[in-house]
Amino acid sequence: MTDRIEQRINSLNKRLNSEKRFRIYCIGAMSFALAWVLILFLNIFSSGYSAFYRTVIQVDVPFLNLIEDTTQFSEMSSEDINNLSMYSFSKKAIYRLFPDIEEKKDKKMLIRLFSIEFEQEIREFLKSNKSNINETETIYLTASDDVDQVNKGNYPRDLDEDKRRIKDIQLLFFDDLVDRGLVSYEFNLPFLMRGDSREPELAGVGGSIVGSLFTILVVLILSFPIGIFAAIYLEEFAPKNRVTDFIEININNLAAVPSIVFGLLGLGIILNTFGLPRSTPLVGGIVLSLMTLPTIIIATRASLRAVPPSIREGALAVGATKMQAVMHHVVPVAMPGALTGTIIGLAQALGETAPLLLIGMVAFVVDVPQTPLDASASLPVQVYLWSESAERGYVEKTSATIMMLLGFLILMNLAAVLIRRKFETKW
Amino acid sequence: MGFILISLIILIGITSYFLGNLRAKNLRTSNQKNLKSLSHYYGYYVALWAVVPALLILLMITSFKSFFIEQYVLSDFIALGSYTETELSLLFTQIENTAMGIKLFDENTILIDGAVNKLNYINKTSENLTYVTVLGFSGLLVLYSIFNINHKLNSRKIVEKFLLVLYFTCSLVAIMTTVGIIFSLLYETLRFFSQVPITDFLFGLNWSPQRVFVREAGDLDTRDLANAFGAVPLFAGTFLIALIAMCVSVPVGLLTAIYMSEYASPKVRDWAKPIIEILAGIPTVVYGFFAALTVAPLVRDIGQGAGLTVSSESALAAGFVMGIMIIPFISSLSDDVIKSVPQSLREGSYAMGATKRETIVKVLLPAALPGIVGSFLLAVSRAIGETMIVVMAAGLNAKLTANPLDAATTITTQIVVILIGDQEFDSPKTQSAFALGLTLFVVTLALNFIALQVVKKYTERYD
Repeated sequence: MTDRIEQRINSLNKRLNSEKRFRIYCIGAMSFALAWVLILFLNIFSSGYSAFYRTVIQVDVPFLNLIEDTTQFSEMSSEDINNLSMYSFSKKAIYRLFPDIEEKKDKKMLIRLFSIEFEQEIREFLKSNKSNINETETIYLTASDDVDQVNKGNYPRDLDEDKRRIKDIQLLFFDDLVDRGLVSYEFNLPFLMRGDSREPELAGVGGSIVGSLFTILVVLILSFPIGIFAAIYLEEFAPKNRVTDFIEININNLAAVPSIVFGLLGLGIILNTFGLPRSTPLVGGIVLSLMTLPTIIIATRASLRAVPPSIREGALAVGATKMQAVMHHVVPVAMPGALTGTIIGLAQALGETAPLLLIGMVAFVVDVPQTPLDASASLPVQVYLWSESAERGYVEKTSATIMMLLGFLILMNLAAVLIRRKFETKW
Repeated sequence: MGFILISLIILIGITSYFLGNLRAKNLRTSNQKNLKSLSHYYGYYVALWAVVPALLILLMITSFKSFFIEQYVLSDFIALGSYTETELSLLFTQIENTAMGIKLFDENTILIDGAVNKLNYINKTSENLTYVTVLGFSGLLVLYSIFNINHKLNSRKIVEKFLLVLYFTCSLVAIMTTVGIIFSLLYETLRFFSQVPITDFLFGLNWSPQRVFVREAGDLDTRDLANAFGAVPLFAGTFLIALIAMCVSVPVGLLTAIYMSEYASPKVRDWAKPIIEILAGIPTVVYGFFAALTVAPLVRDIGQGAGLTVSSESALAAGFVMGIMIIPFISSLSDDVIKSVPQSLREGSYAMGATKRETIVKVLLPAALPGIVGSFLLAVSRAIGETMIVVMAAGLNAKLTANPLDAATTITTQIVVILIGDQEFDSPKTQSAFALGLTLFVVTLALNFIALQVVKKYTERYD
């Protein structure tokens, strides 16, 4: 008798233990998933935030050496200043930081502390302040990527010299400059304004932000009306027959087609058959709108379906035609849902990369695009491009680009949630 | 020019709306007879006549213009008869460049100069001609439609009919997209299979399309083609990486779904579910960057610490990150399915004395199985079609391997590798990318179809 009771108790304990274990597995799995969200964000943010400021080195530029009287600058046009030969002058201004250096090699090393556009930067300073130039002006010049990374502590200083991109003598110069208080940080505005560059310290996301905006604009213009019209037709007017069934199956299938296949479609039909210009936001937008259409159609149909029949019938009862009932009464009620779907579709399109690679939006574009017909990159493509580059400086830039991309996505999704909360009607 | 012209057309459209409206009101007051529709419908009616045909004509002109311009400009060269089709199109590009001021060559200068002049002339004329035709047409139709308004005309019916046709056309875009995909993939794939036997492609073990060059136009060494396009290593790599991804995402996703639907308090659900769904909203290029820069070195270090040789582009790293990406697809779908199992089944099981785990494993999961399997299949099709993670974190060289620590390449990776940058369009190398694309399309479509069928067929109805 006691044996059997003990057996029962044992088996009950076993069952309860396995219950506990199972629960722990479940919690473990969920924590695992949550942990990776955290790791991903921390990883990106910790390596990306430093791209939003940059190292500048203060240099005193003796403009009197360039010209006899600095007031003469105010009479020069921008063209004249562009024609001034300033290269050796700029170099000499930099040498003045360390007047004792004699050797050519060391001088070269000193120059390499600065970004290669130091001459251009001095020229720009001259152009924008030409009416008000003193004999000697203090200019903040962009440091080279290596110096920038060392200053931010992203680059190990204790490697062997021949494994390091920055040499011992440069570190010596740099430390001396730091001691003299000439090295400082500045908000990295050029990073947000400029196009791509082969030099990490000069590369910016401005071009790809504009490219992304143009692309999204094209997607919006194309897919919003088409998607909503298609949804209205399928939900309100379509007769139940084979054609509409076929369209429905098609839409559901398209939602599941891998994005890269849309890229092949863009390459084969839009570029090669219709001959639209390669690498442009226009083509990118067309391809991405074909991809987002199913999302918009499905969301809009769901919200049309949620409109109670009493609204349609009420309109019909007072003599509206079917079209009037739909357009004046049903669609306005369903609009918040359709807008939410559209924004979510646009967010998808904004983060999409693969189809854009195939239609050539991976071109290296230095200029910020002016129209949707200019070659350009987009934010996610910029991430791809920079992640392929070896220079240390591109890592933080890539992470920073991802931060911006995620920021845009969060904003869009927030907007979608807000629209839904604010305008959704419960029946 | 297109932008200005379209703005002008829209402007005409808006004006003509008011004209039509006015005309209808005038008719109403002067004739004392009722019109068949409300007056603003007459406005729409006129505006449609003003805008729609003009836009169609503009579309037609822009799509055929370049062909006629090319014919006209090259007429001297065509008359010579000594040029082939490709040479002619090359010549046209050169002429265009010269017209823009980029001089690249100096043969045939007289003919070229003549052609450049012709090009400049025709560009200007055609632009003017387009303006005149489109705007003139639009204006004429406005006049026609305004005088067409009378008390017998029911403009509401016409406008509504137009809207209906417009809506129907928009819903056809989905079909046209599918047709476009199938057509573009099939066209290039058939051309590919005319040069490379389909059996080589499907069963060959060696993938090295870099070896194939087009030596002269159309002159291919057939020995190059044999043995260069065997896609089995790609299929194997795709399968391997998808398998690793599923090994991560299936247990995690399913257990998360169970926790969410059965254990978690509503409060925990409310914040944990959206956070996990963030994973589905993160662009895949971000995962790719994460995999290549953080996870792959980590995997390699751990592997080397254990004394294994790990490739820096291991399939494990790519598959693992892809698995994390897929978790929310499985967890939210399975969550919905498990939740939809009727409460009476749970309560029946508890009444028999079963613990929660026993209820879940023996009652709920079997009941929800079709939906769960469906979510797995959808996740597999995601994993197979995923591009950016594998492009950035998996290997580029095709190697037949089953070792997850080795570099493996996938179908999508190879499509990108082949098509990125500039490509000559008539080589079997480029066409092979389309063949791979078609394979991908067919496989994912089949998986989705099966998933839907499984869900539809085996779902038990409890009500």
